[in-house]
Amino acid sequence: MLDKAAAKNAANDDIGEATRLELYRSQVNLREAEQRAYDLFLQNLVKGTSHLSLGQEAVAAGFATAMKKGDLTFCTYRGHAHTLARGVPVEKVLGELMQRDNGLMRGKGGSMHLTSEEHGVMGSYAIIGAHLPIACGAAWRAQYKGDKDVTTCFFGDGTTNIGAFHEALNFAAVWKLPVIFVCENNLYMEYTPIADVTAVPSPAGDRASAYGLEKIVIDGNDADVVYRTAQKAYEKARAGGGPSLIECLTYRHSGHSRADPAKYRPEGELEKWKERDPIKIYRERLKQFGVNDDVIAKIDADVKRVVDEATEACKAAPNPPMDILTTDVYADGGFAWRN
Amino acid sequence: MAELTYRDAVIRGIAQEMKRDNDVVFLGEDIAKAGGVFKATVGLYEQFGPLRVRDTPISEQAILGAAMGAAMTGLKPIAEIMFSDFFAVCFDYIANEFPKSRYMTNGQTKCPLVVRTGNGAGSRFGAQHSQSVENWCMMIPGLKVVAPSSPIDVIGLLAASVRDPDPVIFLEHKSLYATKGEVPDGEILDTLGTAKILRPGRDATIIALALMVPRALAAAEKLAAEHGIDCEVIDVRSLVPLDTQTILGSVAKTHRCFSVEENPRLCGWGAEIMSIIADEAFYDLDGPLVRITTPHCPLPAADTLEDAILPTVDRIVDRVKRTLQA
Repeated sequence: MLDKAAAKNAANDDIGEATRLELYRSQVNLREAEQRAYDLFLQNLVKGTSHLSLGQEAVAAGFATAMKKGDLTFCTYRGHAHTLARGVPVEKVLGELMQRDNGLMRGKGGSMHLTSEEHGVMGSYAIIGAHLPIACGAAWRAQYKGDKDVTTCFFGDGTTNIGAFHEALNFAAVWKLPVIFVCENNLYMEYTPIADVTAVPSPAGDRASAYGLEKIVIDGNDADVVYRTAQKAYEKARAGGGPSLIECLTYRHSGHSRADPAKYRPEGELEKWKERDPIKIYRERLKQFGVNDDVIAKIDADVKRVVDEATEACKAAPNPPMDILTTDVYADGGFAWRN
Repeated sequence: MAELTYRDAVIRGIAQEMKRDNDVVFLGEDIAKAGGVFKATVGLYEQFGPLRVRDTPISEQAILGAAMGAAMTGLKPIAEIMFSDFFAVCFDYIANEFPKSRYMTNGQTKCPLVVRTGNGAGSRFGAQHSQSVENWCMMIPGLKVVAPSSPIDVIGLLAASVRDPDPVIFLEHKSLYATKGEVPDGEILDTLGTAKILRPGRDATIIALALMVPRALAAAEKLAAEHGIDCEVIDVRSLVPLDTQTILGSVAKTHRCFSVEENPRLCGWGAEIMSIIADEAFYDLDGPLVRITTPHCPLPAADTLEDAILPTVDRIVDRVKRTLQA
């Protein structure tokens, strides 16, 4: 525990106490919601597949907290955390995972396609690499219209080996687009270590120079580091300085998807990374800066209560009605292809 | 009224829509300063400037992805894929991203864009620069698919495609770029999902698309002059939405139907239309439904071979005559 003067000082550093508490709340919210998704899967209430971000919360929380209203998020099928971090209610996300009528897309998209445009979440993309060029297009619109929003595109380490990644990076750099590419390097593409299938040690960072970009590789488990890096990139993009590519080193505590027990991991690796659990790190940080235990406990309890309530609401929610089965294929609301 | 080439109609159609709406932007390979490899975009860069007409790298995924992101957030992009064969390297956007985003997000995501592309055979370019890929697109729920055969249709259907709120695949036939037609002055706007009866007739209906339309018309004239067979020729124009009523109405009158398709036989668009006729107009028919297509074979480069593999006027005449006389 710091002394009072030091604590005051720390609370007034470049991040400040209010933002730190939000960074903490956000991470706890993501952890609680993802853990709940896993529990609901074990109860056979989450259907289909799911790709959890347990252990990677600092990346989603750090970036989302640094974003402004109107900024856009594009993420992958591992997108629950990024969706929640933009303020989408837990019930909407869990409802979609449980494929109920109260879900974000009323069960028509499922866990891999979470989208909430009103929150700036422009979609979760399940084809590796597909959304990097799409994010370029959103950023192109901002550039063309003179809008000040910045687009952030999250993806995993495995994405750095697909063509669309390279097409998008080059395209964004040549057009100087206001887009931030964020690689969450959790060490495994799916089941295979990324190092086994990649020619360079930093799958994103070591590719940056090919597109005239700075190599940025950061500790993705420290929300302060993520937040500061994000802020800098957003400032640069808003000032017309073009894209950034940021590699965040992190680790997923669970397998690739719900079907994966992650038995390929060497013994002790998970335990080692759990010592660097982003939420553990951040709780210590708050304490270091003089935040009282009861403030932390209240955040924890508030988050848990909301997730509990969301869970019950989802369990009580009906399945999607059959009258939405073929709606919204075309812009006229239907699926007619002939007269 | 002026005589315009199909190529110049593309330029005029794009310019008409870019003048009308500042949100219409245009991107593709060599489309700006170079004016397009088929010279179908000459002058647009000069007229609308570098912010609205943009050259891209050879990155088809980036082109279509960027078009989608721009469309989702408020622009009305026209993207060019130089040869339709290249759809194969960016097919994720055509098959998975454009058409499914609205449905998957329960109507949240919009995707109002046009992909223009050079489609079809006749240029002696061989198997990877000559295909007719409309069938690749027609089968995907969420897309619209258009293929004009004349300069006036190029302008009107391109305008309708740009103004359409759904993703539209706009297939320009490379072998039609140099063909000419009368085009009125002023704005031209057509309607997607409408077929056109180009030649009325009593004895048989011939449905065709793009380059096969002038061949079907020439065949109909020959059948009338040499064999006394009076064919009705329909330009399908729009595969999705599909104007089945015009086709069914024609078949109810002629009791016979032939399709002329440039694509290889399996799963060609004609098969879908013929199945609709078989389902819904079976008792109108006086004979078999006949498809005239290219064989189940890649396209050869040599001019003599390429000419032999595509449906020709003589092949259409022969097939219609033999079927009706059987």
